[in-house]
Amino acid sequence: MPYDLSRYDGFDPARYREESPFKIHGGCGLMGLCDESGALMSGEEAILAMAVQRDRGNGLGGGYAGYGIYPEFADHFCFHMMYHDLKAKEEAEAILDQHFLIEVAEPMPTRPVKGITDAPLLWRYFMTPHQHILDEREQSAEDYVVSVVMLVNSRVDGAFVASSGKNMGAFKGVGFPEEIGHYFRLEEYAGHTWVAHNRFPTNTPGWWGGAHPFTLLDWSIVHNGEISSYGINSRYLEQFGYTCSLGTDTEVAAYLFDLLLRRHKLPVSLACKALAAPLWDEIDRMPEDEAALMRSLRAVYGPGMLNGPFAIVLGFNGGMVALNDRIKLRPLVAARCGSKLMVASEESAIRTVLPDPDEVWTPKAGEPVIGRVKGMDWPIHGDLHLGAAQISCAVTAVEPACDAEEVTV
Amino acid sequence: MQQTFVQPEFRVKIDYDKCHKCGRCVQQCGWGVYDFNERPIPHDEKCRACHRCVTFCPAHCITIEKNTLAFRDNDNWSTDARKAVWKQSETGGVLLTSMGNPKPYERIFDKLVLDACQVTNPSIDPLREPMELRTYLGRKSDSVSAEPDGRGGYKLASSAGLERNVKLDVPIIFAPMSYGSVSLNVHRSLALAAQRCGILMNTGEGGLHEDLYPYQDNVIVQVASGRFGVSPEYLQRGAAIEIKIGQGAKPGIGGHLPGEKIDREVSATRMIPQGSDAISPAPHHDIYSIEDLRQLIYALKEASGYKPVGVKIAAVHNVAAIASGIVRAGADYIYLDGFRGGTGAAPAVIRDHIGIPVAIAVAAVDQRLRDEGIRNQASIIAAGSIRSSADAAKAIALGADVVAIGTASLLALGCHLCQSCHTGKCSWGITTQKPELTRRIDPEWGADRLTNLIHAWSHELQEILGALGVNAVESLRGSRERLRSIGLDEQTCRILGVKPAGL
Repeated sequence: MPYDLSRYDGFDPARYREESPFKIHGGCGLMGLCDESGALMSGEEAILAMAVQRDRGNGLGGGYAGYGIYPEFADHFCFHMMYHDLKAKEEAEAILDQHFLIEVAEPMPTRPVKGITDAPLLWRYFMTPHQHILDEREQSAEDYVVSVVMLVNSRVDGAFVASSGKNMGAFKGVGFPEEIGHYFRLEEYAGHTWVAHNRFPTNTPGWWGGAHPFTLLDWSIVHNGEISSYGINSRYLEQFGYTCSLGTDTEVAAYLFDLLLRRHKLPVSLACKALAAPLWDEIDRMPEDEAALMRSLRAVYGPGMLNGPFAIVLGFNGGMVALNDRIKLRPLVAARCGSKLMVASEESAIRTVLPDPDEVWTPKAGEPVIGRVKGMDWPIHGDLHLGAAQISCAVTAVEPACDAEEVTV
Repeated sequence: MQQTFVQPEFRVKIDYDKCHKCGRCVQQCGWGVYDFNERPIPHDEKCRACHRCVTFCPAHCITIEKNTLAFRDNDNWSTDARKAVWKQSETGGVLLTSMGNPKPYERIFDKLVLDACQVTNPSIDPLREPMELRTYLGRKSDSVSAEPDGRGGYKLASSAGLERNVKLDVPIIFAPMSYGSVSLNVHRSLALAAQRCGILMNTGEGGLHEDLYPYQDNVIVQVASGRFGVSPEYLQRGAAIEIKIGQGAKPGIGGHLPGEKIDREVSATRMIPQGSDAISPAPHHDIYSIEDLRQLIYALKEASGYKPVGVKIAAVHNVAAIASGIVRAGADYIYLDGFRGGTGAAPAVIRDHIGIPVAIAVAAVDQRLRDEGIRNQASIIAAGSIRSSADAAKAIALGADVVAIGTASLLALGCHLCQSCHTGKCSWGITTQKPELTRRIDPEWGADRLTNLIHAWSHELQEILGALGVNAVESLRGSRERLRSIGLDEQTCRILGVKPAGL
């Protein structure tokens, strides 16, 4: 069944006018841990960091993404799947089988944990794309993977791709993050980079796919806060073909990173300056070259500037980027201990994992904390040529997480 | 003489017990309402209710009342409709009027409400935190490209076009009003205030008087169909150049400044003979299509060393498509003038029945430019009855970069909206060239009042942004998610891109 990509080749202005009927606000505790030497750390560290931040969530969503966790399948795309029922599994597997050479298909290793109920069927697949299809379609592997993610998410009722990158995986669901971590037996994994999230929605989404992190290929994003500029950010993104259909703040942050880093090829530090722009007063005091650059960034990317309280951690195979809003309305603490770089909503999380850090600091508003893992590529998917609409669709063409407004603190 | 059927609109009442018999009302009134015979004797039929005499009466003994003369009730034939027929059957002429459309059409801005933060995202206190209103007017590039600067940082690899933008400290500018329709002192006041506030005034179509040269960096110079005052030097002096195609108060109509208003100074500024009528044709006689407009835009850019060139149009039915064409023709901004916009003189039938509200025009244009992926190529200026900072915030949330205020700025200078600018007898010295009247406006005093107004609205905009939990105006611009409608029909909501309250 060839999938008709042209269906998503553009964006529909009517989409905006009707806008999403609801808006999910991002949750409230997060952490990012990265060993820049590339040394591997147990997932237990991430669980510990989230456990002490338990109060920042309400048990309705927790999740992790780990990088470098599948060294034996480093060159395979790993799909973490969620299925509501066996029928969904059959349909989705048929699609995967048609598009990939499936090396391994297995249930996610889990253990019973008090507090975790109603888990969907959780499976993972290590796969390589069929080379002849890539040749036929003249597509890069990354484009191909995105199109399959889109296909599964949009076409198969009750199936959801939780992550789709190489040598990484997302583990998320409904529950407190330490419960989710134990449920997924994260202590059995070892990764060089971990990001994690604790969510505080006030009603029950009851939907595992709605938890953070939000992923595509090896990108993952966790987010604490609310983007008060969501309205214009999403309209700005629509101009580039992204459709913000899930209605989450996190979604606009993810697409803005994609736009600035991949499509406009901005360095990470400048992309962060565009998203959490310095004040005009600060810009006016900069040396002229820098001021000219910053003025242009603000004027051009003003509609994309993320305004309102937020702390974001972006994870990828090369490391992580943590960013605060421009006047630091959400907590974010950073620490360094040897080659380890850690960020978290609370210092307690840092002290739990790194009891004796070399340095602990509070990143300034809009100053990104960037961790780069030695020997890893910088996070630009040069091979990804898909249009924005396809990317947008891959991530968001899923059933709504809930049908009422959520409120987070 | 034929007896007019049209009875006076107002009654001028003087409390003679309190009257000082000083005659100041006689001196202040530009309309010649008063005779003086031991005491002021008002002629009601000449009164425009401009309150000049009321304001300056030392005894506060004058009141102006509506003439409550009863007519037989008729919902269909309003009193105004009857009066119009009588006037036209007396004169055989087009009824002239001034200022904006006063008819009871839906006021869209009054049916939109703004959002505020509660709990989940904090509001921001503008008295304690930075709250940024700076706006760049003009074309921006699609993206920014940077390259390493060799010192560990980055610099621009190529220009993002910002040097051809005009920096505004506040997204509020003064609307075009020509010297000729308003007095030179009004222009001086506007220019001085624009400079003080870091914003722009606009010459309108009457040229730039040499007294305003010191303020040229805060002046938009207009090129209208009459080409009055246009020269290479004029183009080079302006911070930006504006091609005026139309005006919200009189879409599709030209202009006519009577010869009596063309004194020596106006004549020199407009570059036309003293005492001759200044006729602005309805169309530009070198623009009969969009490609002609493109030629004029680029001719003006070439002549001015590539200053930003904007195009002002009246908001009409097909405004979105027109605006798209204008942007593709090379305009750096589009000025959308809604049907409530003011004028110094217009046929009442045109003013009251042509055009669409600016809120709808801004929404349609902003969405169209986004659909076409060219929104960054031009700024949008919204005008046509921006009555308050709330209107400004709503226009910006709908998609405008900047709002322009004409009527509000004249109100600041004393205008009472008596809608009689076309008579040239403005008692407040605003829309007149009579020296004894124009001297009533001291440019310093006028600039102070205009500066106060801009500052007051700026503070209010900052309060609104703070309540919305954002600290820069670009996060409100086009953010229709922060607007809700109350009592607008579904179709209008869809065009505005605004949800009804409660959703």
